[in-house]
Amino acid sequence: MIHQKMTALQPDDCAVEINHVSRVFGSVQAVNDVSLSIRTGEFITLLGPSGCGKTTLLNMVAGFINPSSGAIRIGGKDVTNVPVHLRDTGMVFQSYALFPHMNVFDNVAFGLRQRKFTKADISSKVMQAIEMMSLSGMEHRRISQLSGGQQQRVALARAIVIKPKVLLLDEPLSALDKSLRAQMQVELIELHRNTGLTTIFVTHDQGEALSLSDRIVVMNRGQIQQVAEPIDLYRNPANGFVASFIGEINALPPATCTVASDEISLDIGNIRLIAPRRPEWQFASGQSAKAFVRPEHIRIATPADGGRNVVTGEVLTHIYQGSHTITRLNVDGLGPIEMRLPGGDVVGRVPVGLKADIAINLAEVVLLSNTAN
Amino acid sequence: MRSVLFWSAVVLILVYMTLPAVVVVATSVNPTELMAFPPTGFSLRWYEKALTYPDFQEAFKSSLVVMALSSTLATLLGSSFAFLIFHYKFRGRGLLEAALWSPLIIPHFTTGFGFLLLGSHLSLTQGYAVIVMAHLLLVTPFVTRAVFVSLSNVDTNYARAAANLGATPSEVLFKITIPLVLPGMIGGWLIAAILSLTEFTASLYVTASRTQTLPVAMYNYIREYADPTISAISALLILSTTIIMIVANHFLGLRRILGIDNG
Repeated sequence: MIHQKMTALQPDDCAVEINHVSRVFGSVQAVNDVSLSIRTGEFITLLGPSGCGKTTLLNMVAGFINPSSGAIRIGGKDVTNVPVHLRDTGMVFQSYALFPHMNVFDNVAFGLRQRKFTKADISSKVMQAIEMMSLSGMEHRRISQLSGGQQQRVALARAIVIKPKVLLLDEPLSALDKSLRAQMQVELIELHRNTGLTTIFVTHDQGEALSLSDRIVVMNRGQIQQVAEPIDLYRNPANGFVASFIGEINALPPATCTVASDEISLDIGNIRLIAPRRPEWQFASGQSAKAFVRPEHIRIATPADGGRNVVTGEVLTHIYQGSHTITRLNVDGLGPIEMRLPGGDVVGRVPVGLKADIAINLAEVVLLSNTAN
Repeated sequence: MRSVLFWSAVVLILVYMTLPAVVVVATSVNPTELMAFPPTGFSLRWYEKALTYPDFQEAFKSSLVVMALSSTLATLLGSSFAFLIFHYKFRGRGLLEAALWSPLIIPHFTTGFGFLLLGSHLSLTQGYAVIVMAHLLLVTPFVTRAVFVSLSNVDTNYARAAANLGATPSEVLFKITIPLVLPGMIGGWLIAAILSLTEFTASLYVTASRTQTLPVAMYNYIREYADPTISAISALLILSTTIIMIVANHFLGLRRILGIDNG
């Protein structure tokens, strides 16, 4: 996978620019010195646990909350002190916030009427948006007569019909059931492709973030932890928080490094693991580091491994999940380890309570200095 | 066994709540000039007298004028207060809230007496203005309460969504917030209207013989006569209030108006 290197942004290339923005609520620092440039047409996700500041940041872009300090620019214009109704953003709320006293058509038309379009213009734009969201024939329905999925579509139609400078999505899929959520994810991707709208998506669901985003902004405690494309984020998390928040990962106990020309040995107690050396690693021999290994990079050992990166653990549980099975083991010296085996791999299913030899593939190990987080 | 106990409790509550009204209505159909309970016969002659008695006719018109003015003004004033208290945190907000609830604490007697003194000082004792002012003060807290409950039940994201789509603060108020709390405002208006229609204590002080409201006229009547006309007019007052409630329930649903559920 080749990634296009990010070049310095031209001013007109930047849809939203967040410049050293902070927000304090009483004694709580909800957002702490956040800076972020969002490119025109980009689908960017603010990802983090609840209380990480992602929603506060989104609300500051929309103008519902003022920053305590810092500046926000939308389309090159400083909007830090511009009221909500003049910002030209389109928001989809978690609760949808569809006006209950209006029907579908009037909800979608609301923003266009504010913009003083002609009646004919409004009608054609609304019908186009309604058709785009597969809501044809429902324009005279009351909001209370719609299902959750349909309300979601109306909320999206209402936000995109005004062609906002930036589309803001506040956990819009969280109220839907699982199958509907998967379907809406596909529709969001298509919608973004068709409209080309710059989109800021807020979620706590890392799966959603990975499948939808051009770039993901991982936040924790009001600060940005890392900004990267999904694959990059998954493979090269910047710190322990990102490593554990994105996908499943085994955090191994601190290791002592021994650096050779093309590999690094990691000594954890009596266990020695050997990883192929990567050019970006800056470790010196004797330095302490933390290794993180994804469950899918561990498998049952075979004689071909020759004992390299093979450890023995006692099987604790198997969790069958159809396409794959999660197996938990306890490895002396490493602690609990989770591995992921293909669903049909019956051979790999060592009975609970017995010992199994497992091989750890360290080609994609995440290695972080032990001092960072 | 349990159900016998349950239904006796229900019947007891019903009887207790309606007892005074039932007694009054029963005496209203008594054919003789005495207030007899239980009635000794059936006659509608006291209803005829109640409806044709000039003092009651005049007083009913006064009551309607006072009710319409005070409840409508109270709806405007009370809703504004509710918006103010709900949306803004300002110095003295607690004081304003306390002042709003004070009519529930200050006796109607005191309110009426106060307006009487004020009215005579300003030479207003012969007109409707002072009655409307007194009623307005007494019923406004109920409107404020009804509208405040409605506002609390409306998701604040509706206003945010409208602003996000380009509505100015006043457009948000008129296109979103007011339509959504309208049931609360209408409910507040109805409560205000009924309270004004039946208010007696304060009205006794601020009405003149030409502007007396129906409850005051009823009081003046019973001081001089002891025939069942007074029961008949009471029954008519109960009937008209009930009709207002039924009509309101039919069009709006009382549960919504009184803020009993979130709808």
